[in-house]
Amino acid sequence: MRCLWFVGRMHIYKNDQEPAVRSLGPENLLLKGATLKNTQKICGVAVYTGMETKMALNYQGKSQKRSAVEKSINAFLLVYLCILVSKALVCTTLKYVWQNKPGQDEPWYNQKTQREKDTNLYLKMFTDFLSFMVLFNFIIPVSMYVTVEMQKFLGSFFITWDKDFFDPEIQEGALVNTSDLNEELGQVEYVFTDKTGTLTQNNMEFIECCIDGFQYKYRDAGSELDGFCVTDGPVSKLQQKAGREKEDLFLRALCLCHTVQVKESAGPGQGQEDGLTDQVDGLELDGEVVRPEEQRGFIASSPDEVALVKGAMRYGFTFLGLESKNMKILNRNNDVEVYELLHVLNFDPVRRRMSVIVRSKSGDTLLFCKGADSSIFPRVRQEEVDRIRTHVERNATEGYRTLCVAYKQLSADEYAQADAGLREARLALQDREEKLMAVYNQVETGMSLIGATAVEDRLQEEAAETMEALQGSGMKVWVLTGDKMETAKSTCYACRLFQRNTELLELTVRTLEDGGRKREERLHELLLDYHKKAVQDAPPAKAGVTRSWSTTNQDYGFIIDGATLSMVLNSSHDSNSSRYKSLFLQICQNCTAVLCCRMAPLQKAQIVKMVKNSKGGPITLSIGDGANDVSMILEAHVGIGIKGKEGRQAVRNSDYAIPKLKHLKKLLLAHGHLYYVRIAHLVQYFFYKNLCFILPQFLYQFFCGYSQQPLYDAAYLTMYNICFTSMPILAYSLLEQHICIEVLLDNATLYRGIAKNAMLRWGPFLYWTLLGVFHGLLFFFGVRYLFSNPALQDNGQVFGNWSYGTIVFTVLVFTVTLKLALDTRHWTWINHFVIWGSLAFYVFFSFFWGGIIWPFLRQQRLYFVFATMLSSVSAWLVIVLLILLSLLPDILLVVLRKPRGPHARQKKPVESSVGGPQSPRSSARPLLMRTFSDESNTVI
Amino acid sequence: MVKEEPEFVNRPDNTAFTQQRLPAWQPMLSAGIVIPGFVLIGLAFIGIGIALFVTSQNIQVLEKDYTGVELNSPCYKCSDSNVKNCECKLDFSLDKLFEGPVFFYYGLSNYFQNYRRYGVSRDDDQLSGDLANFKEPSEDCTPYQYDSNNSPIVPCGSVANSKFNDTFELYQIVNGAKKLVPFDGKGIAWWTDYNVKFRNPDVVPLRNAFNGTVKPIFWSRPAYELDPSDPANNGFVNQDFLVWMRRAALPDFRKLYRRITEGDYATGLPAGNYSLEIAYNYPVLSFDGRKKVVFSNVSWMGGKNQFLGIAYLVIGSMCVVMSMVMLIVYAKFKFPEDE
Repeated sequence: MRCLWFVGRMHIYKNDQEPAVRSLGPENLLLKGATLKNTQKICGVAVYTGMETKMALNYQGKSQKRSAVEKSINAFLLVYLCILVSKALVCTTLKYVWQNKPGQDEPWYNQKTQREKDTNLYLKMFTDFLSFMVLFNFIIPVSMYVTVEMQKFLGSFFITWDKDFFDPEIQEGALVNTSDLNEELGQVEYVFTDKTGTLTQNNMEFIECCIDGFQYKYRDAGSELDGFCVTDGPVSKLQQKAGREKEDLFLRALCLCHTVQVKESAGPGQGQEDGLTDQVDGLELDGEVVRPEEQRGFIASSPDEVALVKGAMRYGFTFLGLESKNMKILNRNNDVEVYELLHVLNFDPVRRRMSVIVRSKSGDTLLFCKGADSSIFPRVRQEEVDRIRTHVERNATEGYRTLCVAYKQLSADEYAQADAGLREARLALQDREEKLMAVYNQVETGMSLIGATAVEDRLQEEAAETMEALQGSGMKVWVLTGDKMETAKSTCYACRLFQRNTELLELTVRTLEDGGRKREERLHELLLDYHKKAVQDAPPAKAGVTRSWSTTNQDYGFIIDGATLSMVLNSSHDSNSSRYKSLFLQICQNCTAVLCCRMAPLQKAQIVKMVKNSKGGPITLSIGDGANDVSMILEAHVGIGIKGKEGRQAVRNSDYAIPKLKHLKKLLLAHGHLYYVRIAHLVQYFFYKNLCFILPQFLYQFFCGYSQQPLYDAAYLTMYNICFTSMPILAYSLLEQHICIEVLLDNATLYRGIAKNAMLRWGPFLYWTLLGVFHGLLFFFGVRYLFSNPALQDNGQVFGNWSYGTIVFTVLVFTVTLKLALDTRHWTWINHFVIWGSLAFYVFFSFFWGGIIWPFLRQQRLYFVFATMLSSVSAWLVIVLLILLSLLPDILLVVLRKPRGPHARQKKPVESSVGGPQSPRSSARPLLMRTFSDESNTVI
Repeated sequence: MVKEEPEFVNRPDNTAFTQQRLPAWQPMLSAGIVIPGFVLIGLAFIGIGIALFVTSQNIQVLEKDYTGVELNSPCYKCSDSNVKNCECKLDFSLDKLFEGPVFFYYGLSNYFQNYRRYGVSRDDDQLSGDLANFKEPSEDCTPYQYDSNNSPIVPCGSVANSKFNDTFELYQIVNGAKKLVPFDGKGIAWWTDYNVKFRNPDVVPLRNAFNGTVKPIFWSRPAYELDPSDPANNGFVNQDFLVWMRRAALPDFRKLYRRITEGDYATGLPAGNYSLEIAYNYPVLSFDGRKKVVFSNVSWMGGKNQFLGIAYLVIGSMCVVMSMVMLIVYAKFKFPEDE
């Protein structure tokens, strides 16, 4: 969405005149964020508001998000529905087969009613089928949905409550907009993150500079008079400084070579960010402005320039502003220097540098140039380069944005020539760009390098650690940004998404144009080339999520920009399009990190969508803070909003909102992991417990002439899911921590264990189903063989059918509850209360239910059945036997699995935090260990 | 955090529950617990199993089928459904003392007392002595709600209607003379059934309560005359009736008929010849059913049941074997370090 043109018409009505008509073009349009300058007010009409804003047009409708767990539930449900129907069918069929035998249909003791006799055979079959469906319908865990919803709703409070998510700056904690996706947080495979405001604070800070090969690092204390101090760089010339003139020249260059404007009436808080602007005492300016300096604000198209100007200010050179082509500088001696601005040679991404030509008071004409090292170095003397290159490279590896500064003194002739060339080129009607470029290149030669700067785009707190943890947990991190490539790349380095040894595969407009051939061809060629490199030659990845940390394995990073991406996605040939897309995806999937720069908001969503719909349907997560991230937040499976400074748009459209990027780690690694394990267990357990609940009832049909005789009393049938077995699993699904939170946070790799819906795939489902079948068979036939002689009491009296059902039911309730107890790894008092409480409640209820003649019941079926059952030693023995036998396989499995499993359950995180798979990686990058927060310093 | 944190309004509560830091017990099923546990459980089960098995072995059981399907069966003549009031005699001999108290059961096979339609065909209100349901039995009782003259049937329903009506008398043959073995018909039904659940209406004499009602179609005598010898054993609290009304769980079942607890036979049935005289009334051949009588004594675990003892023995030894296997596995792969 670009506003390329605007056509409008304005009718001006005055009292007595003819209405005048004026045409309006793009030059009459003020875009969002424009600031008023040089005038008190303007009159205007707001256009493109509301739904017509770029933001709204980029907005995609909010669609229902459903988690992978829910999809699994639906698949399982289908299986159980099939089981239900087939059970009913089997029973119906067998019933009529059985009834065909002589004497079985209507024995004399069991006459049919008249109505039954009159009913049509097929109708009877149908009603029988329906009756069986009703009898077995408990196999469909309806109550699971209630419990799942409750678990999700209540469980999401733990995110809101988590005090680790509380940010004292904004006085807010995490926000949960939907509780449907808690478990999805444990399944994320792709993380799409916005750069500005998410990875970085969008807050440039001048870190250090290098003047003539000497390193200067600003110390906040600023105790020295000149504000400078030399840090111990790796260079041999320790504690030395460049000459005073060189310093001054460098700082002057910083003060002059920019397009920054001074915002005079900056209100408090507007111009200053985290107290960057220092006080320079005794600053007085011809009595004109006498006020503390901290109010000075700068406006520029690029935050880097502001950072540089501010950096220069800290060293004593303050840029006071541009007044009618005169740039005023306050130098270290509190003298005002005035320079006449002659020309600005604008920045463009191809040249990657900018220059200004100024004339000093003394009449010297100077050219100051700053730009990327790659574009400056060829234009200066080689010996100067050698002195500075090490600094620049070191700074670059540390993730700073580096700029080199050069200058050149122009003689009068040279200037006249350049001036003429520039003027001519600017007025040219044809090929203006090329002509300008030629003049620029001509002017910016033979310069001498003064120094280099390092500016840090301040990363969010613990951004690098967070990203590292995400990558360590097997997630692929894609940075989607609207920023230009260089900026984004340096951020990626700073966040350790790209490492020193990462081989970057670039697919940008620049690389496409390198070959000088048609873009399309080049694209094709590059894609194939990269594909060969990253996919075919790479050693086959093990099981998809595992990633080798060994240094021998080449890491790849992929960089693509918006224009190229749209070529990949919307190729002119349809056949190519899908091919490019799959090549692109395959390359990306084999890269450790992918950087997409120069993206429009909708393109971000497109990328997310493409990955989301790729093979295997990986779970995607988008995180962003601004309105331009909304579409990608909405598109991804899980959208995370950061409660940043850029308004609430992202927060409102997100599924979860957190105050800082660093919270993402705990949100995913701890909360997500636990939620997933909890709900997965909940789902499997529910299916299991309903299967072994209803299977005995099904088996009983074979022994009661397929007459739909329920095995359990109606009260038990109803209460089973509601009261007897619901609370323990709910408590489990809210409180379980099979691995404690600290360990989860320390071992990012644990996250991989549950990747790809590991606990809800068909394997585990089959295990649980078989377990349910095993238990069901055991319960029924165990009691069946006991009842081969129904005289189970020591007084010789016999038990009837309700005693049979009650014994089975007692075994059932105890077994499923104890099975859960066996699975519980985290016994809080709530778990104890609920598990033992449920069992006690069952016993209590059974006594109560069987202890009273209930006036509203037509049949007092269970009257004293439970109590009588307990008076029988055999019943006790069979209950104990069956419970133990049912749980035996589980106990065995737990014990036998343990020696092989990870020793991750220890409470002490001491060993795990230092050891573990991350350590080789950490040691491989000593240089990158420069940390961005205090905590990380202490860790290493 | 060592330093005092400032208070914030929105700050989430720092409680153990909200921070998911409730103190918790984290059980570890380690080999050190499980192997001895298995051994203990296994040994206990084997112990119980042996006790059960021995007990079960010591229970004496004598089962006799008297359906009369075979030609040489004494009850063959009665198996013809046209013969009314048939009596047959079942002779048997005991070569050693059948220890008492002896319980006398009758058994039916392929008889579906647990059929749903059959099971619901009763009126518990009527059976608890509610006179209103004498006039209008519950709808559930169909097709035994009213008889062909539209008189209410009491007790109504299929279950009551099909009450087992064979009667037995046991004689010991002593020197050619028949000596009646006294049967004790009390205490064969659940205490709560007899005392609470089933009640006769408070009408004296009882037969007046049944005015205007008819006996169940299959019955030869009305409910209030079920036991002429004991007036307290009539109506709905007749022990045989109570036993019948408690539906069996499986199609092959036995029900307690009498106990032998009195007189010379309180210690059991001495060795010798016996004759069981059967009033053969109950038809079962139409649905391919079987009838049998069972003499049995019982122990603390109830009647003879080999299953329980064997199951305990098997599982007990399984536990022991598994603990051995685990021990070997652990010895080979070393105990986990956390021991």
